[in-house]
Amino acid sequence: MSTAIALAATREPLLRAGHAFAAPAALLLFLIYIVPVGVLAWLSLTDYELGAVRTEFLGLANFERALADPVFRRSIVNTFAYVAIVLPGGVGLGLLAALLVHRRIRTRSLYEVIYFLPVTSTLIAMATVWQFLLHPRLGPVREITLGLGLGEVAFLSDPTLVLPSLAAIGIWQLVGFNMILFLAGLSAIPRDLYEAAALDGAGGPVDRFLRVTWPLLGPTTMFVTITTSITAFKVFDTVAVLTQGGPTGASEVLLYAIYLEGFQYFRIGYAAALTLIFLAFILVFSVMQAAALDRRVHYG
Amino acid sequence: MAAITLEGIVKSFGSTEVLRDISLAIGHGEFITLVGPSGCGKSTLLRIIAGLERQDRGSIAIGGRRVDALKPAERGVAMVFQSYALYPHMSVARNIANPLEMQRLTFAERLPLLRLLSPRRRRVMREIMRDVGTVAAALQIDHLLPRKPAQLSGGQRQRVALGRAMVRRPDAFLMDEPLSNLDARLRVHMRGELAELHRRLGATFVFVTHDQTEAMTMSDRVALMLDGRIEQLGTPAALYDTPDTLAVAQFIGSPPIAVLPVTAEGGLVVAAGTRLRLSALAGAAMLGLRAEALAPVRKGTPGALPAMLARSENLGAEWLLHATLGDAAATPVVCRLTAEAHATARADGLLGERLWLMPDASRAHLFDASGRRLVPEAQRAAVEAVA
Repeated sequence: MSTAIALAATREPLLRAGHAFAAPAALLLFLIYIVPVGVLAWLSLTDYELGAVRTEFLGLANFERALADPVFRRSIVNTFAYVAIVLPGGVGLGLLAALLVHRRIRTRSLYEVIYFLPVTSTLIAMATVWQFLLHPRLGPVREITLGLGLGEVAFLSDPTLVLPSLAAIGIWQLVGFNMILFLAGLSAIPRDLYEAAALDGAGGPVDRFLRVTWPLLGPTTMFVTITTSITAFKVFDTVAVLTQGGPTGASEVLLYAIYLEGFQYFRIGYAAALTLIFLAFILVFSVMQAAALDRRVHYG
Repeated sequence: MAAITLEGIVKSFGSTEVLRDISLAIGHGEFITLVGPSGCGKSTLLRIIAGLERQDRGSIAIGGRRVDALKPAERGVAMVFQSYALYPHMSVARNIANPLEMQRLTFAERLPLLRLLSPRRRRVMREIMRDVGTVAAALQIDHLLPRKPAQLSGGQRQRVALGRAMVRRPDAFLMDEPLSNLDARLRVHMRGELAELHRRLGATFVFVTHDQTEAMTMSDRVALMLDGRIEQLGTPAALYDTPDTLAVAQFIGSPPIAVLPVTAEGGLVVAAGTRLRLSALAGAAMLGLRAEALAPVRKGTPGALPAMLARSENLGAEWLLHATLGDAAATPVVCRLTAEAHATARADGLLGERLWLMPDASRAHLFDASGRRLVPEAQRAAVEAVA
């Protein structure tokens, strides 16, 4: 009886203390994330232009326009095509690099540094380097394509090659990061399991990978897949520096389209609507992946 | 069912010598325990037998066949790990089936997608699952087959690990501290089950533990390892009753043996300032007295050690008297009494704060300065006659 009363008496101040502790973080979250998204949502319903004197409320007109806009539709298709190349490439090569590097003892840190270098570099600067490398007249890659009998290849100005080329650069930049994540996942697999597998007869590389490594990397693979697809969705730097969406819109992507609308044409209201669509894509994509994978990779 | 023969096994990790020239002949169907403190090399030795580590020198034969160049799976041994090492993503059934899948399915039949092309696979999998069911029933885990390891208790996981080892009918079972992750009650229970399993399967068991009770209770023979060497190999009784060295005497036995520095005087052993009724042997430097080698006697009985009683423990059927001797080092000793002996001694007024403890000469162990056990001439002759 008396303890129940004591508990009831202490619950109220405890609750208040809990709220007080959560308040600063909640406030920051609200100011930094919730308010801007709210403002964005409101802007997307207007025809606001940077510096405009009058602004009108348009309702969903911006969204209707976006869905009918051929440039925007093309940029959606291009972005998905880009993701479709970067996602398997970035995850697969990251895993491959991790598997190769994991068992090295003395050279492991050397390889880690080498693969991680692109992650630390500024992509805009690196894009300029790639521009030179891939230049059909001056670039060193020219020697390779000539040697292979392909002639001069215009990687960045051929409409069919430009997206795969940008995707290759995107993969190059991602692999190191994914490799580090996979390495962390690999070192978390208990050695006992490999030894049990060796005694069971699953000591060969393929059986070991299929029966132990791949299933136990599940949570890591899920995380890497989601972060890679978000990164790929956000492709912007290389497009802005190398192609500006060209040639003839073959490398128009979502963020670049938003950038043009918002910061070149100053149609903030319309750009806000595009941004909301972009956010919705990322959200839906991530939730779908998480839902599909989560049930299969967590064995707890 | 196979004998395991180790010859001159040497293993170093970097500059640390972990195993120094180990030779050991394990009999067909024998239950042998490798026991020793952590770092003595017992687990490494087991892993070398399994093929998980490579010895630097020496050779291993299992069932008369040299296995040094064989992979772990080809050696005909199964291993149970301390952590159980169950595959967390597989059901209990698949965990147990794994070794059979590796044996009976072809490489293509084990690959995703490609395996769907094999009409044979279905039939083989059905046979495998039947064998899994038999083993699971023997271990009373058949109701757990669809579960994942994370949904099992420690004891259940232990059984699954045993099932995975049993299912391939190996010649020998290698067990690396399989009981140490279980709680005390379950550990005692599993000790009995393992001994029973050994009897039923008739396979060779090599069991690694740091727990001397496990070693003493289950094994046919015990190899006590210290510092990369086999210090003594023998039956549990031999290790307890006739330890070759002081180190063996100190490792085996609970409560631990009391050790007193001794000198000789007029052919008798002198310890803690008392002349004992125990003939001194040449070179005797240490006296080992187990708890049952001491009995309380009347004050001033010749040859009894004066001591201060620190505390008494009632274990039900027996009592443990913890005391310190009246010497400068205040050597701790333990005296074990049956409940009846304790009642009699108390009635006789022998268990005051001061008490006198009489060593039983027939159960006392004398060691020389290097820790070797000294054996009286007569006894040695008898031992050699038997050998």
